[in-house]
Amino acid sequence: MNETAVSLARVPGVQAIVVGASAGGVEALLSIFGALAPGFSLPIIAVLHLPDERRSQLAEVFDRRVAMTVVEARDKEQIQPGTLYFAGPGYHLSVEHDRSLSLSQEERVHHSRPAIDYLFESAADAYGPNLLAILLTGANQDGARGLTHVKQRGGITVVQDPSDARVDVMPKAALALHTPDHILTLSRIGDLLASLESSPC
Amino acid sequence: MDRSTDIELRLLIEAIYLKYSYDFRDYSGASVKRRVAHALRQFDCKTISALQERVLHDPTAFMQLLQFLTIPVSEMFRDPSHFLAIRQEVVPLLKTYPSIKIWIAGCSTGEEVYSMAILLREEGLLERTIIYATDINPNSLDKAKQGIFSLENVRAYTHNYQQAGGKQSFADYYTAAYDYAIFDKTLRENVTFADHSLATDSVFSETQLISCRNVLIYFNKKLQDRAFGLFHESLCHRGFLVLGSKETLDFSAYSKQFEPLVKQERIYRKS
Repeated sequence: MNETAVSLARVPGVQAIVVGASAGGVEALLSIFGALAPGFSLPIIAVLHLPDERRSQLAEVFDRRVAMTVVEARDKEQIQPGTLYFAGPGYHLSVEHDRSLSLSQEERVHHSRPAIDYLFESAADAYGPNLLAILLTGANQDGARGLTHVKQRGGITVVQDPSDARVDVMPKAALALHTPDHILTLSRIGDLLASLESSPC
Repeated sequence: MDRSTDIELRLLIEAIYLKYSYDFRDYSGASVKRRVAHALRQFDCKTISALQERVLHDPTAFMQLLQFLTIPVSEMFRDPSHFLAIRQEVVPLLKTYPSIKIWIAGCSTGEEVYSMAILLREEGLLERTIIYATDINPNSLDKAKQGIFSLENVRAYTHNYQQAGGKQSFADYYTAAYDYAIFDKTLRENVTFADHSLATDSVFSETQLISCRNVLIYFNKKLQDRAFGLFHESLCHRGFLVLGSKETLDFSAYSKQFEPLVKQERIYRKS
């Protein structure tokens, strides 16, 4: 529960990471992913709330700053190790049981499409206890339910410390609904990811 | 508890298939699960099993559930640059055919149909075109046949239409009445609306162009390939296949049987 307790022993068998962020999210994600060492081998799937533009520059922006392969998630794409996937604008993004990605234009969740809940809940169903879910800064309630579902399925949950978040509404909403495994600052979340990488699994 | 939910969901989908021949078994699982969860709340059912009992014994309840299982999210001239590319890159080639058959697969409530009809009229092609507009949801098809859309939405469509290279005033195509826009019925004179399932039915006609937009994302890879197979069979030599802005043939078994004409706009040609 507290920051100092983060260790390899508590995060065994992680096969995929999902991340959700809203207002203030670009800087937060850059700070976490920018620190990852080359060769980071787990897949990361991220929803960052965006205005509904048809084409997003997110993947390009992050590709220049992150050592991993960075792409916008495509429908029916098989999830690959060492790749950072961003949900594109206007579509929900889900993980299927065969660990491929799917898009959907269902109704918005918390006024958002893509929605963090949509990604987290589907990834929890697909990865069960082998999922690490991280919820960061933001100004709405998205992600709280999804994080709860990740926990119910045995996955590991992390919420950014509200005092460290640029906008604390989203972390606080998550904490109101669910007690995560870890409440961490951005720099500690970076440490956690780095520790996963060196863990033999 | 979650494991039981997964079992119940599978049983519900199987029951629907056995009783009503609607086949959702190869739809993307995450989306179906969400939609059933949404339906549970609306039906006030505690479990998926309870919902299953209702729809098995009450066809009316099944039709209500079907409205949740299908996703009628559409707009006219959605992704205007797509329609502009059809106008600029596809229409000149379509003009070389003496008669044209177009299949709009998964037409939902008709927005794509009226968009295509308007585009073809402006290019002088509508009179020699037959459009087959198909969907699995009879309620959606009924709405499509009526051609009545909310005036509020039509304002957004007007912007799309202009961006898509529209040649007239969009208001030329409808009559406003109260809060609705009633579209010119001559636009659908050559449109045949029909019940057709990409999951269970076969090809019914040779076509020159197939538009299937934001339908395939709800299918798993196997069912996508079935649909691409139908399209490949239906299309004439060098026929056109157009998809939604995030849909791709890249991961399909049919990726080699089509070539991109305007890749960015998801316009393909049978190779």
